[in-house]
Amino acid sequence: MSSVQLTNITKKFKDVTAVEDLNLTINEGEFFTFLGPSGCGKTTTLRMIAGFYYPTAGTITFNDRDMTKVPPEKRNTGMVFQNYALFPHMSVFENVAFGLKVRKLNKSDIKRKVMDVLEKVRLEQYYDRQVSQLSGGQQQRVALARALVIEPDILLLDEPLSNLDARLRDQMRTEILRLQRDFGITTIYVTHDQVEALTMSDRIAVFNMGKCQQVGTPLDIYNNPVNDFVAQFIGETNLFPVEPEITDEQIKVYKLKDSNFKIHAKHKKSEISDDKHSGLYMSIRPEAVRLKNEKMEGNNVVEGVIEIVQFTGASVHFFVRVDKSITVRITRLNKGPHTYFNEGDKVFVQLPEEHIRIVPKAGE
Amino acid sequence: MMNAENRRTAMLLIPISLVLIGYVLYPSIETIIESFKSQDAFSFKNYEDFFGSKASANLEALWNSVWISILSVFFSALIGVPLAFIFNRYDFPGRKFFSSVAIMPIVLPSLVGVMAFMFLYGEAGLVPNAIKDLFNLSEVPFSIGGVSGILIVHAYTMYPYFYMTTSSALRNLDPSLEEAAFNLGSNRFKVFWKVTFPLLTPGLVAASLLVFMVSMASFSAPFLLAGGFRVLSLQIYFSKINGDLEMAATQSVILSVVSILFLLFMRWFQERKDYRMASKGIGAHRSEVNNPILKWTMVTIGILSMIILLLPHATLLILSLVPEGAWTWQTYPTAFSLENFKLLFEDPNIWDPVRNSLVMSFIACIGVFVFGIITSYTLVKRKFVGKNLLDILVMIPWALPATVVGMNLILAFNEKSIFSFGSILVGAYWILPLAYFIRFLPLVVRSTNAVLEQMDDSLEEAAKNLGAKWFYTFRRVVIPFILPGVLSGTLLAFVQAVGEFPTSVLLYTLDNRPISIEIMNQLRMFNIGQAAAYGMIQVALISIVIFISDKFLGIKAERSL
Ligand SMILES: Nc1ncnc2c1ncn2[C@@H]1O[C@H](COP(=O)(O)OP(=O)(O)OP(=O)(O)O)[C@@H](O)[C@H]1O
Ligand SMILES: [Mg+2]
Repeated sequence: MSSVQLTNITKKFKDVTAVEDLNLTINEGEFFTFLGPSGCGKTTTLRMIAGFYYPTAGTITFNDRDMTKVPPEKRNTGMVFQNYALFPHMSVFENVAFGLKVRKLNKSDIKRKVMDVLEKVRLEQYYDRQVSQLSGGQQQRVALARALVIEPDILLLDEPLSNLDARLRDQMRTEILRLQRDFGITTIYVTHDQVEALTMSDRIAVFNMGKCQQVGTPLDIYNNPVNDFVAQFIGETNLFPVEPEITDEQIKVYKLKDSNFKIHAKHKKSEISDDKHSGLYMSIRPEAVRLKNEKMEGNNVVEGVIEIVQFTGASVHFFVRVDKSITVRITRLNKGPHTYFNEGDKVFVQLPEEHIRIVPKAGE
Repeated sequence: MMNAENRRTAMLLIPISLVLIGYVLYPSIETIIESFKSQDAFSFKNYEDFFGSKASANLEALWNSVWISILSVFFSALIGVPLAFIFNRYDFPGRKFFSSVAIMPIVLPSLVGVMAFMFLYGEAGLVPNAIKDLFNLSEVPFSIGGVSGILIVHAYTMYPYFYMTTSSALRNLDPSLEEAAFNLGSNRFKVFWKVTFPLLTPGLVAASLLVFMVSMASFSAPFLLAGGFRVLSLQIYFSKINGDLEMAATQSVILSVVSILFLLFMRWFQERKDYRMASKGIGAHRSEVNNPILKWTMVTIGILSMIILLLPHATLLILSLVPEGAWTWQTYPTAFSLENFKLLFEDPNIWDPVRNSLVMSFIACIGVFVFGIITSYTLVKRKFVGKNLLDILVMIPWALPATVVGMNLILAFNEKSIFSFGSILVGAYWILPLAYFIRFLPLVVRSTNAVLEQMDDSLEEAAKNLGAKWFYTFRRVVIPFILPGVLSGTLLAFVQAVGEFPTSVLLYTLDNRPISIEIMNQLRMFNIGQAAAYGMIQVALISIVIFISDKFLGIKAERSL
């Protein structure tokens, strides 16, 4: 088991900067996720850790050992590729045994270890199958077994579930977590699926355009996004540009851009580095917004008309137009038909102060 | 910075460049230099002669080569495309069998094929004489020879290019496209011209260019059939025989320029227009033929073309059973026996050429196998500057007509050079294996490239990630993955080397005379039976290879061209 430290890592491909000045520490035994939209540099970072790319600048250390220039075969990382990269000319057993054969273990040890790990991924009866005769989920587990059997210091997974259908994805998510806890292995998981990231990770690093935007626990990232990108990328949110009006110690009032609405907010000074920041946004999650057919007490109450009602089963989404340029999205649990509003209803919307976050625009 | 990866690439590139420079580039340059020499001084005299009035036969030969090639393209397409349509679009009794017979010309090596045609349709051929006797004519009604002979042989041996490209295009063509057009109200004729045909054009153009190049380079057919008719590939041979190496070099350069221009044009065309189908998975649909007249017409076409296609094979078999002296002045052979095959194993003089061919092809193929894998791997999986250059260098022997490859070797190795380790190769045993190696290297590199391109980089990465060093990965992951493709390419190279005629006739010596030379000798001595028996050996070898590739390596015969 290892911790991983990335210090001032930059990776350039000719004139494309795939990763820029990245600093990260991944602790021993942690399930750490790289999350971000397509092309933001997640794979590139993972491949630098595996040793397939060398950083243009910066250092990579495992447990204080400098690994920046070590070739991939000497790093003892176990990688699960997005397409699994199973050797098509070998059986399940031979695939899993490959890393052990390279390490020159004797035959009986190899056999024991391979069968052990196949049992862990519940594939022991498939050991002599050709890999082409396995289903997607089974292939995925062979890839996992092959990476785990060498007892790697770090397990690297690059979107391992993206080729599977929704139901299997759910199953495999639990499976991976179970194995990770079993082996207690430091794991780096790449995904662009926020649900996957939130449900599985100990900590998440959110990437955008080659830069790490925020590192934190799933709770932290969801509740306290540091900028508009993170707020918007993780979960649903209502995001409006605002300008500061009064910002002293007690009262903070912002004005929605291009309208007269005053927004009262409560937040600690430390949350925004600089209130005079060029662009500020207010973010509020749809489930935090209150909705009633009569005027409510307190600040931040506006009147609007229900424009769209979407029913998703467990919850109901309402889109309320409060101004010609502003629509608020509201999510409520489904508590029965008597609680529904209809399209065209006049309603009141409250944005509770304690749920409002004022965040800066993400740096370019 | 020279990291481990770059060092490895360099280690791979050094032997590859040495071989390609020594045996492809250097000989080509020697030929170009020779073509500018006149009495050991630099001059344009050879080119002036070529295009001038002094040696007008040359210009005539160039012109003949070009129009023969154009007509060959036309006739090959005329046979190949309709056959492909009939066999792929209609379902009628025996369709499957007929369609597998349709590619039978590929099992006849060119020299052997030409020979079979001579004895079938030539002046003394079986078919014209049979018709003459049947109808009591005073003269044979027709016979092939000269231009018509060359054209018929070309059409027969080259139409499979059209047949295969059209068939595979038709199979890949999504039927819903045509159905959509019908659905939008087009009639059959319109659908063909507006939808089907445009989708077939890329394949047809590629096949046309290929057939053009192959018939520009064609040697065996003119060699045996031309009579007084001149084509450029043959002129090179005559110049060399007459000892005029400078003119042979000049002719080689001009023939090469034409061929390479066509190759470049073909590449450009393929890159420009490659619309693959976006959808897949739907098998071709065949209309079942219900109209009895149409159905039996199709079956008749099938049977007739099968007979015509297999007649050369049958002729070859029959001829191979004619012992020496049993068919000299008679209209038909008078006796049959297994004498010729028995002699193969009893008379060392008869067996020697077979052994020579097998041994030399084997040597060449070991080289092609090892070197082909390394070259292809480097080309496909490694990054380095000058990749395009290397790619072109590997493919030059493919674009060059065989006669030119032979001339290049003669001009490069008729004196001592470092690439021949200080000895003169012309007149030595080793020059033929070397020639086969160079001739068939592109074939193996191409078939290996095709499989390597299918291999995702992540396989190698996965092996490295599991701790395997480069060589272990190469041995345990890369080679097993590509082996079937490489083996089938190498086997094909082997049988083609066994049948190779143009370079053999330029470079052979008494010690290493291969089968094809002996066929020529036996024909000269009118020992047709023995020549045909040699031919049968080649046909058997090719059939075995195609069978092995198909059954054990999973490579279809269509892909091997
Ligand atoms: N080998 C390469 N050569 C050149 N550019 C590259 C290379 N690999 C990645 N890039 C570029 O670097 C950027 C980051 O790519 P990366 O593959 O890391 O994205 P990603 O976050 O994994 O995206 P995805 O979710 O689509 O897999 C992209 O702009 C990509 O085009
Ligand atoms: Mg990626």
